[in-house]
Amino acid sequence: MGTSLDVLKHEMVPDHQIMGEGEVADLLATYHITLEQLPKIYHDDPAVKAIGGEVGNVIRIIRDSRTAGRAEAYRLVVKRPKK
Amino acid sequence: MNSDMEQRIDSLDLPYRTREDLKETLVDRDLTVEQFEQILAMVFSEYQKSRIEPCEAVGVVAAQSIGEPGTQMTMRTFHYAGVAEINVTLGLPRLIEIMDARREPSTPTMAVHLLDDWAFNRDRAREVSWQIEAAPLHEFGDITIDMENMQVLVMLNKAVCDRRKISVDEILETAPRKIREKRHFRDFDVEGDLKKVSLTFTPKNRESYQNLFQLAEHVRHVIVQGIDDIERVVVRKEGGEYILYTEGSNLKDVFEVEGVDTSRTRSNNISEIADVLGIEAGRNAIIQEALSTLNEQGIGVDVRHIMLVADMMCMEGEVKQIGRHGIAGEKESVLSRAAFEVTVNHLLDAAIANEVDELNGVTENVIVGQPIQLGTGDVKLIAKPINLKI
Repeated sequence: MGTSLDVLKHEMVPDHQIMGEGEVADLLATYHITLEQLPKIYHDDPAVKAIGGEVGNVIRIIRDSRTAGRAEAYRLVVKRPKK
Repeated sequence: MNSDMEQRIDSLDLPYRTREDLKETLVDRDLTVEQFEQILAMVFSEYQKSRIEPCEAVGVVAAQSIGEPGTQMTMRTFHYAGVAEINVTLGLPRLIEIMDARREPSTPTMAVHLLDDWAFNRDRAREVSWQIEAAPLHEFGDITIDMENMQVLVMLNKAVCDRRKISVDEILETAPRKIREKRHFRDFDVEGDLKKVSLTFTPKNRESYQNLFQLAEHVRHVIVQGIDDIERVVVRKEGGEYILYTEGSNLKDVFEVEGVDTSRTRSNNISEIADVLGIEAGRNAIIQEALSTLNEQGIGVDVRHIMLVADMMCMEGEVKQIGRHGIAGEKESVLSRAAFEVTVNHLLDAAIANEVDELNGVTENVIVGQPIQLGTGDVKLIAKPINLKI
């Protein structure tokens, strides 16, 4: 069939990176928050699957922000709850 | 400006765009270190002033900023929004649709971009459109009902098949399969003739005319080429390249069609984008769709308000609506939920479940008459008695 779909190449998908443990600790310390207070992303999210993220990882997302030009956001990988 | 200064700018705690703009403005100028420091100090203080203050009620500001211009939007529109004859819901109904996070928008549509080999050639673009547009069997030939022999006859038109790049035996194979799979109608036998390019359908129950006509209806409308959800495709030339606009949306299947650019093709179905491309793409889609709906009506809402709304909707990893079944309905506090909608149900359920309200939010504190934790209400006096001698 056609060209295979690479989710990360789509222009609407920002850069996703898995953060190291040290980076996560730094992040939580800077904002004085716990891991659970981060926004979430599901483990079967196409972008998480593409970079091989697992439950418990923190993903750094580098967005093309309309205001700041470039902005970093963070999401914690969680399991999708069963309906 | 020298490279030391550039590095100094990069190390500052300023947004990326501000740093880039600053570098661009200063690049060919002769500056003394003193002047440079002065500029930095001014930029920095301007940036500090432009930031939102701690404890500011950003949500309320966003709600007002979207709500007030929203009152000026068209209640109903049946616009043909610029794009060739394709009807797209706009105005207030569309905005409500976005905020409600509906699974299906009322007018799903896609803009299918093509790869370089296809995008600049009208005929090749047309070929891709045939792979996408759902084509029922009656477009490929004549369908007649033979009442005497209780049969439905399909005489395929070879010229049409060749033009639309589908082989006869492909149709002979797909038509009966699709009737069984997609239309859930199984009570028939089929006979294909490759030489006469014809198909003969015979119902199992040969006594009933009703059955025969029912079968004929299925045969006529079975989709033999293209993607089922996509009812129409319009090829348009834009900026030198051909783009396909569709009525109906199915990102997943369109991405598999040869010639489709999988990095630029987009849909207006937000939950579909979130499913296929991930939650971050969904967030981008919400911002884009909301902003373009507002701008199309000549309403300028600052993107920050919409970004806040989109962030809230995508917090939990999936697109949640703003309302009873989403953000407002999942609040921690009973009183806050009861204040929004279906008051009695929430109070009753809370009573049964023995829920406790911690009174941490705004609404519940307004209800009980306490200072709210916003703005100055959130600041408590903290004194550290270091130099105090008692």
